[in-house]
Amino acid sequence: MSPLYQYLILSALLFAIGLAGALTRRNAILVLIGIELMLNAANLNFIAFWRFSPQQETQIGVMFAIFSIGIAAAEAAVGFALILAVFRHYRTTQLDKMDSLKG
Amino acid sequence: MQPGFIILALLLVGGALGAMFMRNLVHCALCLAVTFAGLAALYLQLDAEFVGFTQILVYIGAVAMLIVFAILLTRNSDAQPRFHSFGSAWIGAAVAIVVAGSLIASVFSSAVILHSASGRRALTVKQIGVQLMGHYVLPLEVIGLLLTAALIGAVIIAMPEKKPEKKSTPPHR
Repeated sequence: MSPLYQYLILSALLFAIGLAGALTRRNAILVLIGIELMLNAANLNFIAFWRFSPQQETQIGVMFAIFSIGIAAAEAAVGFALILAVFRHYRTTQLDKMDSLKG
Repeated sequence: MQPGFIILALLLVGGALGAMFMRNLVHCALCLAVTFAGLAALYLQLDAEFVGFTQILVYIGAVAMLIVFAILLTRNSDAQPRFHSFGSAWIGAAVAIVVAGSLIASVFSSAVILHSASGRRALTVKQIGVQLMGHYVLPLEVIGLLLTAALIGAVIIAMPEKKPEKKSTPPHR
């Protein structure tokens, strides 16, 4: 079994890649993909800390990860619905073209 | 370092890089599915079987497919630049590198680096179910409500707007 810090570094790398994509890409879909990656990195941290915690009987890490996955699913559904609605107005998903509130 | 972990880590980082920086959007979505599968394998390695299978069901089965649908529905033929304008893209990359560096530095400077794995964790699905129905019943109800609201909200937002009905004036003559 690999030690805990390797999982934490892997999760930090995933988070940073997601952040870089969300900040630099122009497509709204890719920004949402970056947000999903960051959420998954957080989940990996929850599970790793749960696995390596000294208390044997605790379950809260797994529970938190399950609830976090559920909330991420809801977020993804609403996010992509919003992208579709915006696409219908502007005919584009490029973020810097969506610069006026009046449809 | 174990070979299984190295393979999974390379798969994860490569998949994430591909998902964020590939040119074709459909390739991005497929790389994202690979990343989710690698994460599910890591959860299995960490003795969290239920979370691993939930990850496969929810992320690969639902979220990745949702992303593919969104990409195909918003497809545009004209070529578009990939990144923001030169300056802001570099600022974003620099912010991400600084965040990664500070996270890794804080991991290495903390006491967590000394932790090693204790014995195998056995968390059965039955235990999770009992916990969900007992101690975590209120969050479970709240997340049910949230998912219902998100379902209805997503359908309403994505529904095409009705055009205001034109008055049907009978043609003259």
